[in-house]
Amino acid sequence: MTVQDVVGRCEALFEDLHFNAVKEWKAAVPGRKAIGYMPIYVPREIVHAAGMLPVGIFGGGDQMEVIQGDAYYQSYICRIPRSTLELGLTGRLDVLDGMLFPSICDVIRNLSGMWQILFKDKYVKYFDVPQNYDDSIGGEFYVREMQVMREDLGKLRGKPITDDELRASIAVYNENRRALRDLYAYRAAKPWQAPTSEVYLVLRAGCVLPPEEHTKLVRDYIAAADVEKRALRDNARVVLTGAFCEQPPLSLIKSIEMAGCYIVDDDFMLVMRWILDDVPAVGNPLEELSKAFLHRSASTSSKYDEKKSDKGQYLLKQVKTNAGEGVIFAAPSFCDPALLERPMLQEVLAKYKVPYTAFKYAENTGQMAPIREQAGTFADSIKLWSAA
Amino acid sequence: MSTPAMQPQVTPKTKPVVQKEDAMLLQKELINSNYHELANARALGKKVSATFVPGNLNELLMCFDFARSLPETNALQSGMRKKSGKFIMDAERDGHSEDVCTYVKTDLGMMLQGQVGPTGEPLPTPDVLLLSYTGCFTFMKWFELVRQKYDCETVMLHVPYQGDGHISASMRDYVVKQLKEKVIPTLEKVSGVKFDIDRLRQYMRESVKAEEDLVWTLQSAKHKPSPIDGYFGAVYYIGPIFTAFRGTPEATQFYRVLRGEIEQRIREGKGPLTPEGEMGEEKYRLVVEGPPNWTSFRDFWKMFYDEGAVVVASTYAKVGGVYDFGFRHDPDHPLESLAEYCLGCYTNLNFPQRIDMICKYMDEYQADGLLINSIKSCNSFSAGQLLILREVEKRTGKPAAFIESDLVDPRYFSAANIKNRLESYFQMIKQKRAAALH
Repeated sequence: MTVQDVVGRCEALFEDLHFNAVKEWKAAVPGRKAIGYMPIYVPREIVHAAGMLPVGIFGGGDQMEVIQGDAYYQSYICRIPRSTLELGLTGRLDVLDGMLFPSICDVIRNLSGMWQILFKDKYVKYFDVPQNYDDSIGGEFYVREMQVMREDLGKLRGKPITDDELRASIAVYNENRRALRDLYAYRAAKPWQAPTSEVYLVLRAGCVLPPEEHTKLVRDYIAAADVEKRALRDNARVVLTGAFCEQPPLSLIKSIEMAGCYIVDDDFMLVMRWILDDVPAVGNPLEELSKAFLHRSASTSSKYDEKKSDKGQYLLKQVKTNAGEGVIFAAPSFCDPALLERPMLQEVLAKYKVPYTAFKYAENTGQMAPIREQAGTFADSIKLWSAA
Repeated sequence: MSTPAMQPQVTPKTKPVVQKEDAMLLQKELINSNYHELANARALGKKVSATFVPGNLNELLMCFDFARSLPETNALQSGMRKKSGKFIMDAERDGHSEDVCTYVKTDLGMMLQGQVGPTGEPLPTPDVLLLSYTGCFTFMKWFELVRQKYDCETVMLHVPYQGDGHISASMRDYVVKQLKEKVIPTLEKVSGVKFDIDRLRQYMRESVKAEEDLVWTLQSAKHKPSPIDGYFGAVYYIGPIFTAFRGTPEATQFYRVLRGEIEQRIREGKGPLTPEGEMGEEKYRLVVEGPPNWTSFRDFWKMFYDEGAVVVASTYAKVGGVYDFGFRHDPDHPLESLAEYCLGCYTNLNFPQRIDMICKYMDEYQADGLLINSIKSCNSFSAGQLLILREVEKRTGKPAAFIESDLVDPRYFSAANIKNRLESYFQMIKQKRAAALH
């Protein structure tokens, strides 16, 4: 299988806003169910353990015209809730049997209630996650939250979810996370072999494919990319941050790369890489998921930093471990978490003399020239500084 | 997130002198006394706390003798005193996005200018930030930003959202456990004062008295004509109880005086007292969703006054606590009661609950319609309000209207547009009435 084969398949999945892959998965075995989830994180293991397909809903991208969705939002609200509503109101999400709205910001939180009103026949869950990271406080609460979801999904399928099923699903997602860690490590080592415009598509495929199939696809991509002959360029190595919810258009990622940047780490679709290492597939599965969430998960602006000294450390680590030379803050317009976080992160980067640049986008941003110019100037300045 | 407030205080020279009743004067005294206490906290050897209005644990903070600052209230006071515009632009020049909450930027801009409070007295740097994460995500970032600047002790109280439309035992237990194991030990450490639960109970007993009179006050708007304005007027009714005074005898006294005045107005068949004078004939009774604009508060209210429109109920008057459906602080279960209070604040309710509440107000207060003042800064309130509008219209058959402004950013208050919109809306109500008669 060639890189073109893998990426071509991923691109087709990415562009299909009618979720035919999910429809086919459901049609293959009568009675199958699919549950949608929004950014940033839900424990997909529980959905999988119920025999259901977790489906990542990351907005409508730049190819879908939003008409009905716009009628629900003022001009100062970001775009992802509009396009998500558009997907729902135009029947594109009829294939889903439920939707999970994780705790990320006030907009997505409110969307959960809107969904309850607009899609009364669907299972809708606002999924709260703790902002207290003690096992005996936030952990206990989180286990109870997961237990509620487990019971809900058990009812939906007509049979409780067992611990063994959960442990098996944890093992499946451990494999998936390992593959993705390998992919990210490979890209950081050889970004010219695995451009982010491709890696991104490989990631997005995981939104609609079963995890077992996605893991294989990731492995296939790494193998195929590694045998490609691709030119190494004198690009700047950058970490991209702020794009954890509403996604940038693919053309924006390509523009950054074309402007002379290798993206060596990012926060796209964090759900797949949220847990930083393996979750033990033994013992109490919900407690293990909780511990992983509390103590071994990614950092992002929707999570509280308990101490001032914690602020920015995750980003610095991303820069350091991936030999990053700079940071691009790319946040969606009107994204409160990302935009409020940004000055604090910039302060930390400045302290450690890590160069950065910042811009905003929407998922349907069409004009790429300014982005290309800014990213190009940033890359040039990094190269000039490093040469000095 | 948006917040409650105090009485309107902007009095341009060209406008008539604002008429005030005793309760309004008392309220002003209270609020100013708190700013004075904050200004003198260091001299008095008092530690200073800062916290938010929704989920404001005032009784608990008093147990540790903190002088209590409410950054949201500081921001809105700066808005009313026409200071916020500069603060916001200063914060934006300092790197904060034009897209984010202007309360936050007003606060940060105030810091950049030396932390001089709205009354002109300096505000001390807080010793502790009590991050009551109730109904607003931005709160978390706000206090992280303040901590970044001042490096002060910060304690998080994570209050789960009522996503399923109720408070579960799990949610309550989680909040109580945080209070016991995180919040109280931190407040003890910072203040040097040992926690005394009987002291907390005593404050709560006092809270209940004020809560009873507040509810009576807000529900007096069920009378025709309404003796109060449940939105513009309510912002000064809620001022003491939503800020540094819940649980104090001063708050109890304020609400007693207020209640007496309103009882008198009912006896005399009077409508609300507005800054422009006594409200004349009550032509329209409205329910309002969303916070007010503070920078043009008086102009905004005058648009209603000019049309004979009275707001009989508002969701904003519940932002620091929903009391009108029976909740009271419970001295017999103090920590559980604090948890329930936080969990029950208006913006911590899910959308179906918010819509139910508005429809109930429309019915019980015999309102002619719903007006939504959609605030750019406040996604917690605003995201999805257009669905609220549709649902309320559908369920009540009453007309609803939508206007947009901001909390404290003067750039987002377009008086002409809002006035036009309101005039059209009142016309619509009139036509609906006429049609109903035929």
